Amino acid sequence: MSDSNFIKRYWQIMKRPHRAALGTILALGFTSGVIFWGGFNTGLEATNTEAFCISCHEMENNVYQEYKETIHYSNRSGVRATCPDCHVPDEWTHKIVRKIQASKELWGKFTGYVDTPEKFDQHRKEMAIREWKRMKDNDSQECRNCHNFEYMDFSEQGKRSRVQHANALETGDKTCIDCHKGIAHTLPDMKDVEGWD
Amino acid sequence: MKKLIYAITAAVMLSILLPKAQSEDLKDNGGVISLRGQAQLFEQDKAEDMKRVQRDQSPIARDYLHQPPLIPHQTRNYKINTNSNKCLSCHSWKNYRKSGATKISMTHFETRDRQQLSDVSPRRYFCTQCHVTQADAEPLIANDFKPVEELSGGK
Repeated sequence: MSDSNFIKRYWQIMKRPHRAALGTILALGFTSGVIFWGGFNTGLEATNTEAFCISCHEMENNVYQEYKETIHYSNRSGVRATCPDCHVPDEWTHKIVRKIQASKELWGKFTGYVDTPEKFDQHRKEMAIREWKRMKDNDSQECRNCHNFEYMDFSEQGKRSRVQHANALETGDKTCIDCHKGIAHTLPDMKDVEGWD
Repeated sequence: MKKLIYAITAAVMLSILLPKAQSEDLKDNGGVISLRGQAQLFEQDKAEDMKRVQRDQSPIARDYLHQPPLIPHQTRNYKINTNSNKCLSCHSWKNYRKSGATKISMTHFETRDRQQLSDVSPRRYFCTQCHVTQADAEPLIANDFKPVEELSGGK
């Protein structure tokens, strides 16, 4: 008897909202939403910076040093493409997918998979192939975020680039990464890679 | 005894003065004008402006027999090492038809003992040892070199 009374009372409490409830819940929900969502995105963006990438010595001592000699690091006009510009998709859903995939890299960090330049070179080819495939599959989207084909002025290009861009690229036969490999990092052994001798 | 003292003093003086005199001599270029200009050896000459490598052109005529053909395009950041050879990705026998580039000559497949190999000989692998890009620059030293008429068409 006392049991069913308790349930009844509880039900009554649950059924009628408290006077303060609606506004409070809305306000709480709104602010915590702002805090959590904002915090999440801020945290996410913080991991999307060059400083974050090279806080790992694996990145700083290997790929970052190679990249420093290339045009995407230093050039006449000072416009740069940093690590995430090429390696993390811009669009939100794709970015989250890539970020989750990248959690595997944390495992690599803990187990010291590429923690010396020698180990890095040993695994360079498999890592390069993985990244080439990713770019091939998304039609070199990260290149195209800046290098928009629609606005390329062929008359400003060299003869060799013009021929390639006007034929292979325009028809969709090839995508940027098919030819522009090793533009930011040292190439692995290119044996059996298409287009290389 | 006095003589000995004179001799020692003279030797000491010489050992101090002579090397100095010699190093003064070494600093003087003796009026020679070389590729580095008229700068004295101890001076830092003004650095030349960087020359811009010319963009894509047609093949450049050769000036003498067995001249390695010049590179008529830019090659910035092209890597040639044990892992990859960017030049061969267009100029190799495998790729030249597709790229429309000049193919490397058969001589590149020979060892120095004229032994024929099935791939580019290691001694001919490093393209830029012989083939060089071109900049629009004045000759460093004026000269009246004329190309072989047979090669240049008398130009």
